Amino acid sequence: MGKAILHREGAVMILGGGIAGIQAALDMTELGYYVYLVEKSAAVGGVMAQLDKTFPTNDCSL
Amino acid sequence: MVTNADLLALEGKPGNFTAKLNIRPRYIDADACTACGLCTQYCPKHHVDPYNEGLAITRPIHIDYAQAVPATYYIDPSSCMYLQHDTCQICVPVCQSHAINFNQKPEARDLKIGAVILSPGFGKIAPETLEKYGYGKHPDIVTAFEYERMTTASGPFLGEIKCFSDGRHPKSMAFIQCVGSRDIGCNNGYCSSVCCMYAIKEALVTKEHDPDVDITIYYMDIRTQGKDFDAARERAEAIGIKFVRAKVADVTPWENHLKLTYSTLDGQHKFESHDMVVLSVGLESPKDAEKIADITKIDLNHYNFCKTDTFSPLQTSQEGIVVAGAFQGPKDIPESVTQSSGAASLASSVLKQQRGKGTVSKEYPEELVVTDDDEVRIGVFVCHCGINISSVVDCPEVAEDAGGMENVTYYTENLYSCSQDAQEQIKNTIKEKKLNRVVIAACSPRTHEPLFQETLKDAGLNRNLFEMVNIRDQCSWVHANEPEEATAKSKDLVRMAVSKAAHIQPLPEQTVPVTPKAVVLGGGVAGMTAALSLADQGFDSVIVEKSAKIGGNLQNLKNTLAGDEVAGYLKTLTDNVKKSKRIDVITDGRLAQTSGFVGNFASVIESGKGTKKKELTVDHGVIVVATGGHEHRPDKYLLGKSKKVLTQQELEKQLAGRAKNRAPDSIVMIQCAGSRGDDLNYCSKVCCNHAIKNILKIKEINPASQIIVLYRDMRTYGYAEDAYLEARKKGVIFIPYEVDRKPEVSQKSGKVQVDFFDSIMQEEVSFNPDLVALSVGVVPDGTAELSKMLKLPVTANGFFLEAHVKLRPVELAVEGVYVCGLAHGPKPVDETIVQAQAAAAKAAIPLVKGYVKVDPIVSSVEKDACIGCGICVSLCPYGAIQMIKVDKKRKAETISASCKACGICASHCPTFAISMGGFTNEQLVSQIEAFGNKKVEEKVVA
Repeated sequence: MGKAILHREGAVMILGGGIAGIQAALDMTELGYYVYLVEKSAAVGGVMAQLDKTFPTNDCSL
Repeated sequence: MVTNADLLALEGKPGNFTAKLNIRPRYIDADACTACGLCTQYCPKHHVDPYNEGLAITRPIHIDYAQAVPATYYIDPSSCMYLQHDTCQICVPVCQSHAINFNQKPEARDLKIGAVILSPGFGKIAPETLEKYGYGKHPDIVTAFEYERMTTASGPFLGEIKCFSDGRHPKSMAFIQCVGSRDIGCNNGYCSSVCCMYAIKEALVTKEHDPDVDITIYYMDIRTQGKDFDAARERAEAIGIKFVRAKVADVTPWENHLKLTYSTLDGQHKFESHDMVVLSVGLESPKDAEKIADITKIDLNHYNFCKTDTFSPLQTSQEGIVVAGAFQGPKDIPESVTQSSGAASLASSVLKQQRGKGTVSKEYPEELVVTDDDEVRIGVFVCHCGINISSVVDCPEVAEDAGGMENVTYYTENLYSCSQDAQEQIKNTIKEKKLNRVVIAACSPRTHEPLFQETLKDAGLNRNLFEMVNIRDQCSWVHANEPEEATAKSKDLVRMAVSKAAHIQPLPEQTVPVTPKAVVLGGGVAGMTAALSLADQGFDSVIVEKSAKIGGNLQNLKNTLAGDEVAGYLKTLTDNVKKSKRIDVITDGRLAQTSGFVGNFASVIESGKGTKKKELTVDHGVIVVATGGHEHRPDKYLLGKSKKVLTQQELEKQLAGRAKNRAPDSIVMIQCAGSRGDDLNYCSKVCCNHAIKNILKIKEINPASQIIVLYRDMRTYGYAEDAYLEARKKGVIFIPYEVDRKPEVSQKSGKVQVDFFDSIMQEEVSFNPDLVALSVGVVPDGTAELSKMLKLPVTANGFFLEAHVKLRPVELAVEGVYVCGLAHGPKPVDETIVQAQAAAAKAAIPLVKGYVKVDPIVSSVEKDACIGCGICVSLCPYGAIQMIKVDKKRKAETISASCKACGICASHCPTFAISMGGFTNEQLVSQIEAFGNKKVEEKVVA
């Protein structure tokens, strides 16, 4: 089993792809860094993706 | 993005870490999978669907939800027949794109990284705690997470609320608060800070479904301390949702109902029967918290969340590793999002030497030239939004109707137009069908227009060759009970958009350079933190402080609730600001004038008074508003009239002094003496903690002191709950009062007297304490003036209104202007620091890029038609039109970069010489005509 080593200068690892991780990832990319967003489940989104509407405006959470 | 991955090890030091990952196989080739869903249909094995909180059944081969990213199916090995028992493999031949690959093996991958942001979220309350409330004993006792999935329109019950026991619609429902929070029985002494909000939200949603359902929320304190959150609670009360202050002892099945036993404050035991009980479960530390701590060597706090300090709330105990979101402590979405941006700021300072070296910028195909001579080829895409639109609007009919129109070469429907696969499909269709205009009928352009415009760019089309129709908000939502009319209206709107689309023209994209400097308004903890954070990331700023000295409100505080000493921190902070070569401080200063736009502001800053008055003009790219607030002084409860009545801040000062009798023998504290509807129509968020902090100090100095706290809800959210518990253990008496029965303070022969109704003993009480302390609330400083100058919207309560309360909590409506601290809303110092760091991250984004894009929907003046009257110049609220001379004649001209595309100029031009890009007269007229057309037809038919 081969072992891939990835090396990008100025990279950050974000552990957890919920709303916090996603926002941090977006900000870091915009700030000019390469981001590894590492998520343990099969898709990012976390708990917020399970929500229908959000408090207090009852906006859709997508 | 690396999904299905576990972190195994982390080695190295800041700037040079190596992370070892184990990537579990999906058993599906992500590049080949088209997310068609055929495999799930054929898979014979059942799998409990965790995405739907176990309320639905899916198959081992599945995708969590249609919009999941990455849009690739995966096989859950725990229930797959092949992976468990070596049989089946039905999916393999079913998959048309041969994406299924059972030979995939776990992959080890090493990442070389410079910094780490931990955002693993939160865990769930253990089942043993839920069992105390009968969970598992009866199917109609559900957790709030399960209930959320039940009420969701795209959830397993399509939004229908019914009892699991017999499928009936519940007529009476109960929400039990603080399940697994504020409960030392399960070692979760903290308050989860989100449950009150989601319970109210779910109750309101339930009422939308069925206005007749009876809802009771059983609570200890309703903690809606967030910005404008109290208003939602009041709304809930107004529509008949009952709030009962009680502790629920147990829930027992009783015939086909559930019987709640609860005790109220006055010691009575009561019973109530409900059809359904929702448990407002708290947030726990993530299940793998200890594992993460082991690997990254960070410290956890006594509740197993990540340990951080009040003054560095996002810094873990390991350098180079920062934290964001619920792992730092239970919190809601806006707080999490703010922390993420703050964490990005910190990580960015660790890595600033390497900025821009590892990134790849996205390249777009060359833009297709579309001229007037080209045939107009419009593609229409009608989105179902799951069932959000299609349950009301007849989407196929809408699409077909548009399909029959002139210039429409292609039309189709999408389940979710915004999903990744639909984006690909739209992109390919544009290329294949040679479309040069795109109309998408879906949700709100406010949220989704940029996404679709990006898709156009990816397909080589100018992003302005696009029209979006909002058939969700404007049709399926507002006309939810009139499906036919909603469909007819959708057809109207789409027809109008198609007519307009035939006339739209590509608009060029412009970019302007950015001056890499910030002006920070306010030199309190928020402003200083933001400026230091920008300096750490390599950017200059000017702090404008209105008083003679930087420091702000921290100068009035001695300690934090967590016990940290404020003065020392403040000194370090101000010293760092003064030392920094990247920060200029102007004291006694004020912003006199600002012109320009994101990237290119020019501000005049005045400082000093009289003969020492100076003016300085600063060119800068961004503005951080950190103008702060101050303690409110209500004209009541004898404040200012009796020496025995103090505010909490004054009391804190007295306690820190040396006076002999500084912590007297008897004290009454009155909470919400200014906030929550008295003077200020909001919760000030900090007063409960402030009161508890002073109480513990008093008890330290004078343990015998008798303290009574009169309150409405004690809002010691998060870890502050520990301190509240400690105060109660030390014998402090807490008595809630109702808003229509407020305590009264009077003065008789030098003594103060407090009269109040004791809701515990159920009797009127008169008491003569040595001291009365008022929790008075927080008001913003000078937001009205600044809001006028910078054209920033404020809330009804005078705080600056963020661009999006959930997702853009530190950005303001005007681009390039960011907010933090008390100017945004009342908040304690740790949250202020996070917000300042977040504002610095957002402000750094345009500074890092070095350029900003100008929205092409700006006004333009047709010089030949312009008569030079100058009306537009006088009306433009952004100073974006100037008069120039063309052949000795006065003509108006737009300064594109300043133009906000409001259209005031165009609507007032007497000669129709001004038109708005994307909204020309020709386009609008055709839209109006298209709307009229149908009416004529209908009349003919009738």
